[in-house]
Amino acid sequence: MNNHNFDVIVIGGGHAGIEASLAAARMGMNAALFTMNARTIGQMSCNPAIGGLAKSHLVKEIDALGGEMAKITDKAGIQFKVLNKSKGPAVWATRAQCDRALYRKYAKEALASQAGVEIIEETVNKVISHKGKVTGIRTPKGEYFAKAVIITTGTFLNGLIHIGLKNYPAGRAGEPPSLGVSESLSAMGLKIGRLKTGTPPRINKKGVDLSVMTIQEGDMPPPPMSLFTKKILNPQLPCYMTYTNSETHRIIRENLKDSPLYSGVIKGAGPRYCPSIEDKVVRFMERERHQVFLEPEGIDSDEYYANGISTSLPEEAQEKFVKSIAGLENARIAKFGYAIEYDYACPTQLKSSLETKPVEGLFLAGQINGTSGYEEAAAQGLMAGINAAMKIKGLPPLILGRDEAYIGVLIDDLVTKGTKEPYRMFTSRAEYRLLLRQDNADIRLMEKGFELGLICKEAFDRLLFKKEMTKEEIKRLKSLRAKPSKANPVLKGLGLAEIKEDIALYQLLKRPGVGYAGIAKISPPQKRLAPDIAEQVEIQAKYSGYIKRQAELAERLKKVETIKIPEDFSYGGIPGLSNEVVGKLEEIKPLNLGQAGRIPGVTPAAVSLLMVAVERRRREMKNFRERN
Amino acid sequence: MKKEDTIAAISTPAGNGGIGIVRMSGPRALKIADKIFLSAKKKKPSEAKSHRILYGQIVDPSTKESVDEVLLSVMKAPDTYTKEDIVEINCHGGNVPLRRTLNLLLNAGARLAGPGEFTRRAFLNGRIDLAQAEAVLDTISSLTEKSQKAAMSQLEGRLSERIVKIREELINLAANVEAYIDFPEDDIEPASKKELNEKALKALEALKELTDSSEQGIILREGLKTAIIGRPNVGKSSLLNALLEKERAIVTEMPGTTRDVIEEYLNVGGLPLKILDTAGIRESHDLAEKEGVKRSLKALDDASLILLVLDGTEPLHKTDRMLLKDTASKDTIILINKRDLPQKIKKHLLPSDNPFIMISATKGTGLDKLKERIVDKYLKGGLEPGGAMVTSVRHLKALQKASGSIKSFNAGLKKGLSPEFLSIELREALDAVGEILGTTTAEDILDRIFSSFCIGK
Repeated sequence: MNNHNFDVIVIGGGHAGIEASLAAARMGMNAALFTMNARTIGQMSCNPAIGGLAKSHLVKEIDALGGEMAKITDKAGIQFKVLNKSKGPAVWATRAQCDRALYRKYAKEALASQAGVEIIEETVNKVISHKGKVTGIRTPKGEYFAKAVIITTGTFLNGLIHIGLKNYPAGRAGEPPSLGVSESLSAMGLKIGRLKTGTPPRINKKGVDLSVMTIQEGDMPPPPMSLFTKKILNPQLPCYMTYTNSETHRIIRENLKDSPLYSGVIKGAGPRYCPSIEDKVVRFMERERHQVFLEPEGIDSDEYYANGISTSLPEEAQEKFVKSIAGLENARIAKFGYAIEYDYACPTQLKSSLETKPVEGLFLAGQINGTSGYEEAAAQGLMAGINAAMKIKGLPPLILGRDEAYIGVLIDDLVTKGTKEPYRMFTSRAEYRLLLRQDNADIRLMEKGFELGLICKEAFDRLLFKKEMTKEEIKRLKSLRAKPSKANPVLKGLGLAEIKEDIALYQLLKRPGVGYAGIAKISPPQKRLAPDIAEQVEIQAKYSGYIKRQAELAERLKKVETIKIPEDFSYGGIPGLSNEVVGKLEEIKPLNLGQAGRIPGVTPAAVSLLMVAVERRRREMKNFRERN
Repeated sequence: MKKEDTIAAISTPAGNGGIGIVRMSGPRALKIADKIFLSAKKKKPSEAKSHRILYGQIVDPSTKESVDEVLLSVMKAPDTYTKEDIVEINCHGGNVPLRRTLNLLLNAGARLAGPGEFTRRAFLNGRIDLAQAEAVLDTISSLTEKSQKAAMSQLEGRLSERIVKIREELINLAANVEAYIDFPEDDIEPASKKELNEKALKALEALKELTDSSEQGIILREGLKTAIIGRPNVGKSSLLNALLEKERAIVTEMPGTTRDVIEEYLNVGGLPLKILDTAGIRESHDLAEKEGVKRSLKALDDASLILLVLDGTEPLHKTDRMLLKDTASKDTIILINKRDLPQKIKKHLLPSDNPFIMISATKGTGLDKLKERIVDKYLKGGLEPGGAMVTSVRHLKALQKASGSIKSFNAGLKKGLSPEFLSIELREALDAVGEILGTTTAEDILDRIFSSFCIGK
């Protein structure tokens, strides 16, 4: 008979589920991953790419904390590109096109090779709790028990696919929805909402005329996503770009009456940053064309993912408008685009650890929390896995600050403000954008990963070395001065203005156009620096002013973040707080005064009162303890 | 415990005229006081013993101009209300010096205290007990709610409309900059440098109008500083008496510790005039000419409006000519007094382009015309109460901060800084404006991006 007792049960084998199971197991937990179909573990249900703006930041943070996404991406990647290279390093972002099949393969391999993870191919249709505490789950084959359950079911909860005015229950194209889980969440007191998202059609390669399209190659050599990847081994493939035209738009407009969005059949809110082509045509009437990117689905795949024309129009209309696009005249649709509506649990019901407030030991991660994107899902999965393990071990949860990680921004936004549309990360959501760079994810987070046991000693030692070397080199550059005779040939070579007097190397490095390479030519260090260390020296010098400014701001605001509010704190009866504010505080149950202040509607005066009330309680507790 | 920053606020209720206290608490309180206080005995606040009172002047460090004569109390930690270093500045000159003093402290490194913040510190540092703290904070909280409502009703109408408009402009700007960062591959046209610069200048201009209006707003609340000057015995004190008689004067006598200050307020068609150096005016017939002129000149420096009184029955005196020359470039109304007697002044030969009015201070004639002129000049162009005016120091500070950030934005634009740096300045400007309107930013910028640009690969 199978084992029916686990420390942690994870429901769902998507990007959140993978990270959650791995993290829990790596922290010594006995974890089971339940999936309806083990072949779809690690499926990329939407576009075949990982990363991009703010998302690669998340991926690199996951990597620094010992997660898997970056590593799988590097093994499955078929085109890597750093976006925003013309801007500063804080907003550089790596994006990798991936081979879907390879992604699934390496995701499954990671799970299979991880001691402590058991994959169970059964459909969960109930989450069981007893007296406000989760105890396990039920499948048609029986019950399984665990100290913590992490739900990572993506769009599967009561999923409903729309193509034109037809609709049918499904979790993804060709896969059944998950029924029952949503109802058991409701029964446990969780509020459920409904969201919507969509995908574009997949086009068969045969019949596509690439000659009329713009080719888009990746960077060479391909920049890996993971710190642990030395080299990308897959063959690299290009993407292609074409455009819609007035004929495409005419066809779309003609068919709007059969669009589930425009006829009001779809009730859930869709993401504004990823509108359907119907939306684009209606809302931006003045635009004569929209971009369409053909992204390869894989090395051996004969399909392209037609990014930019997400649609839920009927099949015939999809056929028609796709054929109106330059280069796709003779193309055949391999899979039709569709919209999907699904249940999500309003994330303000979560603690910052991703544990639900009403049910102890129950964690939610990924799209079920109202987010969108593989990266957002994986980040939450990792944190839920870590925090489930911490809870079982009786340790305090790992909660990342808004000044520490995009993961911190993500979770804080979700649990403090909730979301009305699928939540996607943008760099503009981070107050401290210049601190949260993808180049320093390791410096920000790896120590935490190491302490959790998710990062190996070797990697951590290398990090310490990197930090030390960066510091040493900056010290050296501050102490040494460049003479015009030495510096000017280099500056001239770079096409920059020459210097007339001595200048500190550090100051010289801060000048626009001067890179670390130039500085190293003027005054080479004793030992050549590794490229990532040289990069750190350059970035830290060039942006020191701004980095300092943001760091100071973060430090100033941190004071209120350190004043914790006990979990069972009662907000009623605090003189001067309005009922509205009390209601909001009771709903969100902020961790600390900083988070309290971010709740919409909570005023600075209310935070002052709260501060006094919290202190009062602390003293009462202290007196109570002393008396007893 | 982490080191707190230093906070400052006016700790006496706002009212018309009189004495007021600016309080500052925190580890840098003494150092900050050093920067703006000039003691009569050359003693710096940081060098003073605890619980001592220093007499001296508040001086604007940038202009070296004296703002007010004050008594400054130094109270060193821990025997203070907050258990931190506290400096209290007793201003005598009424609301304007009070506000200017606060402003100087803020510019010198203090932060404007939040509602109840002194009390909060007092409580957290164990100085007062919970019941006391709660009582104070309860009052403050309801007061802030009330004043917030008052502020909102003040904000309704033109002022709020204008600030909202500025915010819209800034959000547009930010959306342009941010969209370019977060959506590098979307088919969106980034706004040109020129466009961004123009938008920023527009916002800056609008902000300037408001901060300018704020000075006017403060005039309305605090009074227009008016100097009545002239040689001895030309009729200054008769003029003052005549004006006082005509208008209901508000006379406040504040027995100060350093001197008796007498402030006289005139209400001229709704515009309060604050007459400078009334003592000097009253005593002028006793003063030697030299001393009288000296005081006139001093009043002239402080004044926003000058009433220069000439004696029409005498030809222009050398001193008259000097005063005419000194006031030529200032807002001045020349009053030719004693119009009921034979005139010796050739009006068309007056060596000044400032307007003149013939009056008789003793008979009270010509005063209506004077009044009309003042009202015309200062109450025109939307100065009626309830118009778009900024009267709160907090709002003014926020608007100035926003202006500063937009200026940095423009400077950065010129230097060709990458958008992620430009965005920092815009965020700061938006945060500052948001402090007045009580609104958040990140979501609003995203909203704007999604509604203005076709985003979505």
